[in-house]
Amino acid sequence: MAEQASARADTFPKLLVRNAVTFRGRPAFRRKDFGIWQTWTWDEVLAEVRGLAAGLSRLGLARGDAIAIVGSNRPRLYWSIAAAQMLRAIPVPVYADAVADELAYVLAHADVKFAAVEDQEQVDKILSVSERLPKLERILYDETRGMRDYDHARLTPIDDVIADGRAALAADPALGCRVDDEIAAGEGSDTSIILYTSGTTGVSKGVVLSAQGCIAAASDTVAFDRLSETDEAFAYLPLAWVGDHYLNYAQGMVSGFCMACPESGETVVQDLREIGPTFYFAPPRVFEQMLTRVMIRIEDAGLVKRHLFHTFIGVARRYGEAILTGRPVPLVGRLLYALGELMVYGPLKNVLGLSRVRVAYTAGEAIGPDLFAFYRSLGLNLKQLYGQTEAFLYLTAQPDGAIHSDTVGPPVPNVDIRLSDNGEVQFKSPGMFVGYFKDEARTAEVLTPDGYVKTGDAGFFDPKTGHLKIIDRAKDVGRLNDGTLFAPKYIENKLKFFPNIREAVAFGDQRDFVCAMLNIDLAAVANWAERHNVVYGSYQELAGHPLVYDMLAGHVAEVNRSLAEEKVMAGAQIRRFLILHKELDPDDGELTRTQKVRRGVIAERYAALIAALYDGANEADIATPVTFEDGRQGVLSARVKIRDVASATQSSPPELEKAA
Amino acid sequence: MRAPDGSGVGLDAALLSVDNVSLSFGGVAALTDVSFDVRKGEVRAIIGPNGAGKTSLLNVINGFYRPQQGRITFKGETRPRMRPYEAARAGIARTFQNVALFRGMTALDNIMAGRSLKMRRGLFWQLLRVGPALTEEVAHRRKVEDIIDFLKITHIRKIPVGRLPYGLQKRVELGRALAMEPDLLLLDEPMAGMNLEEKEDMSRYILDVKNEFGTTIALIEHDMGVVMDLSDRVVVLDYGRKIADGTPDEVRSDQKVIDAYLGVRH
Repeated sequence: MAEQASARADTFPKLLVRNAVTFRGRPAFRRKDFGIWQTWTWDEVLAEVRGLAAGLSRLGLARGDAIAIVGSNRPRLYWSIAAAQMLRAIPVPVYADAVADELAYVLAHADVKFAAVEDQEQVDKILSVSERLPKLERILYDETRGMRDYDHARLTPIDDVIADGRAALAADPALGCRVDDEIAAGEGSDTSIILYTSGTTGVSKGVVLSAQGCIAAASDTVAFDRLSETDEAFAYLPLAWVGDHYLNYAQGMVSGFCMACPESGETVVQDLREIGPTFYFAPPRVFEQMLTRVMIRIEDAGLVKRHLFHTFIGVARRYGEAILTGRPVPLVGRLLYALGELMVYGPLKNVLGLSRVRVAYTAGEAIGPDLFAFYRSLGLNLKQLYGQTEAFLYLTAQPDGAIHSDTVGPPVPNVDIRLSDNGEVQFKSPGMFVGYFKDEARTAEVLTPDGYVKTGDAGFFDPKTGHLKIIDRAKDVGRLNDGTLFAPKYIENKLKFFPNIREAVAFGDQRDFVCAMLNIDLAAVANWAERHNVVYGSYQELAGHPLVYDMLAGHVAEVNRSLAEEKVMAGAQIRRFLILHKELDPDDGELTRTQKVRRGVIAERYAALIAALYDGANEADIATPVTFEDGRQGVLSARVKIRDVASATQSSPPELEKAA
Repeated sequence: MRAPDGSGVGLDAALLSVDNVSLSFGGVAALTDVSFDVRKGEVRAIIGPNGAGKTSLLNVINGFYRPQQGRITFKGETRPRMRPYEAARAGIARTFQNVALFRGMTALDNIMAGRSLKMRRGLFWQLLRVGPALTEEVAHRRKVEDIIDFLKITHIRKIPVGRLPYGLQKRVELGRALAMEPDLLLLDEPMAGMNLEEKEDMSRYILDVKNEFGTTIALIEHDMGVVMDLSDRVVVLDYGRKIADGTPDEVRSDQKVIDAYLGVRH
C-alpha cells in the first residue's frame, strides 16, 4: 500500500501515507495548547486523519460531497481537509472572520453537506443562517467550550468523530480496507480543494484546483527553495487563503516539513518567537507592523541602547545587503557587520522570531524599498513572489541572490508567462486552476482562447534584470483628462510607505487632477501624538487633528517630489487630500479579507467626499454605515477637512544626472 | 472539571443560608437582621444603593467580619464563627471590589497562587521542585491552564499583572478564584469600572462559569441591566436591612425597591 502510494503520489492522502513511512517519527504538526507545544509526528497524523476519515465516512460523507472548513489554523482543521481528501470529498475552506452573510453565500454556493469549524462562534454563525443551507447535514467543531447546552442532533465534536473512527477501524478491518482503497483509487485529476477568492472585484468565486496540479506546483517550489523535512513553517495566515494552503499544507505534504499552529490570534508574535521557523511568509503589512513595533520600542529605550541600535543599523544599511547576496565587501565592513550581528541584529532577529529563517517571502502588495532593505540588511533572506489563487499561488519568485525591492522575480520553473498587448500579465502553469466552481461564464472570461489565464494585473519585464514588475490592476490603470497615465496603486503604495499612513486611495481616472483619501496608522500616529503632547479622545478626533494634517501634508508633498522625478508619472501628482474619519474595514466591505481596497465600494460610499475633493470645498460632511464585529449596524457621521498640496517640479533631469 | 460535590446538598436546597445576621461597628448598624439563602447552582445577586451593607454581607459570609447576631450555614454545617482561611478551605472563593492581585507576579503565577490550598507538599519540597512536588505542580498547572484557556487570557500568561489593563486584571482575579475550584464564588462588583464591551465579556464568563463548572455564584453589582440579565434571584438591601427578595422581575416591580433606588418623599 505504502510503496504503491509513493510510486505515484498524485493526491495529498497518498503523500500523507508516504510521509508516515518516510518521515516516521519526525514532527508534522505542532500546536501550542495549555501553554505547551504539542507535537504530532507524521505517522501519528496519518492515524488521526485515517480515524477522522473513517468517522466522517460513518457519518455519511462520501466521494464528491463538499465539507466546509471554518476557523483559524488548527491541526484538526487541517486534518479535516486531509480526511475529506482521503474520502475523495471536497474541502472548502472559508475565512474565519467572514460575517454570517458571506459565510452563507459560500456554503450555499459550494453545496456543503458538512462543516468542520473551530468553535462556538463559528457554530453560532452557521446556525444563524441555517435556513439558507438546506443541504447542510452536520457541523463538527474542534473547541468544545460553551457547546454543552446546544442541541446535538446535528453537532459533533471532531475529537468524537476521530475516536469513533479509530474504534471502528480497530473493530472492523474491512472499514480500514475501504478507506485505504479510496486513497488508492484517488486520481490526480480529482478536485483537491475549492478555494474561494477574497473577492477583490465583488462576489467571491470558487477556484477549483486539481490534486495533481497542486502537487506539481508545490514540488517545483519545494525544489526551488530546497525545502526538506528538517524545515519548520509557522501556519498563522488565514486557513482559507491560497497562501496558507499552498505554503504550509501543500509544501508541507510534499517536502515533509513541520507546520506549527499558534495558540491563538493574540499570541502569534510570542509563538513565532518560540517556534523560530526556517520558512516564513508574511505580507508586507506584517513586516511593516513588526518594524513599527521595534522602532517605537527603540524610541522609548535608553540613550545607550538607542545609539547602539542606530549606529549598527547604519552599518547594516551599508554592508548588510551586499554580504547577504555575496558581493565583495571590505574587511572593515565585514568586521563591523559581525560586531553588529553580535550586538544588535542577532538579538533583534531573536526577539522577532526570525533567527532561524532560511527562506522568507513577502507578496500580495508592493513592499517599501526601505522596509525591504531593512530586513535584508539584517541578514534575513527576504524575497518577493507574485501569484494568485487561480495559479495556486506562485507565478514568479526571486531566486536567492537576485533580489530587487521593486520586482517580483522571474517566472518559477515550468511557469509560462507572457504579456498581452495592453500590458496584462497572462500565464500557464502546472498548478493552474480547473475553473470557477459552477461558473463557466466567468471561467471563460479569464481564459484566453489558447489556454492562458488572464491575471488582470498590468506589468512589464524589467530589461535590466529580466524580472517581472507589477504596476497595478490592468483595469485600474487609467488616464487623467489631459492624457497623463494614472496608476492609482503606484501612487498609493508610495503614500503607504510612510509609517503614519495605513491606507490610501487615489482618484484621478477621467479627472483633471489626482486626489487622495488617507487613513492614519493608529499605532504610529498615536505614538507620535504622545511624544508631541497632542491630545485626542477618539480615532476620529486624532485623524482630524490639524497637526496630523500638517504632518501628512508633508508626506504627500514628498510623494509628489518622488513622482516628479519620473517622467511618465510627473503629471499625476496629488493636488488635494483628506484624512478619513474611520478606518477602512473588511467588515464594511471597504477592504477585502486580504486587506486590499475595493475601489468601487469606496467610490460609492464616499461619493460626497470625492465630489468635495474636486469642487474645491474646504470640508465636507459624510455619514457612513459601519458594521460592528458582532454584526450590528450603525452610522458614523463626521465633517472631514480637505487640504491642498503644491505640486513639485522636477529638480534636475535624471538623464543629465546620469550623464554627469 | 466540575467542582467536587461533597456538599451533601441537593440541587434545590440551600448551599448557603444566612439567618438573622446583624453586624454593627460601634453604634453604626451595617446589617440588621438579614436572612437569605443561596441555592446550589444559581446566580444570586445582592444589590442596593451605596452603603446598603452589600460588601459587609459578603465579608460576613467569607468570615472576614464576625456578626454579633445570627448564624451562617454552609453546606449543611452551621458555624458560630468562621475565619477567612476556613471559609476558603470549605469552598468559598471571592474577588474584590478593588482588584487585589500580586501586582509584580505574572498572571500565571497569580492564578497558580489560587491553587496553594490544594497543594499537598510543603514549601520545602515545592522549592526543590523534585519528585512528588514536581508531579503535583504539573497537575496543578494543567488545571490552571484550563482556566487560562477558559478565560481567554493565553496571551498575557507571562505578563506581570501590574502592567495589564484593568479589565484583564479583573479577569485574572476571577481566574485565581476559579483555581480554588470553589463551591461558592463571591464576586464583589465584577463589572465596576468596565466599559460596555468588557461588561458583556465578563457577563459571558460568569454564565460560563455557572454552566461549565457548575459553580454557585453570589455577586454584588451596581449595573441593574447586568444584574437582571445574569441572576436567577436577587436580594435587595437598603440601610443594612433586607427590603426585597425574589426573581429579577419581582424585584424590579417592588415598590420598596423603586423607592430605595429613586428616593421617596419623606
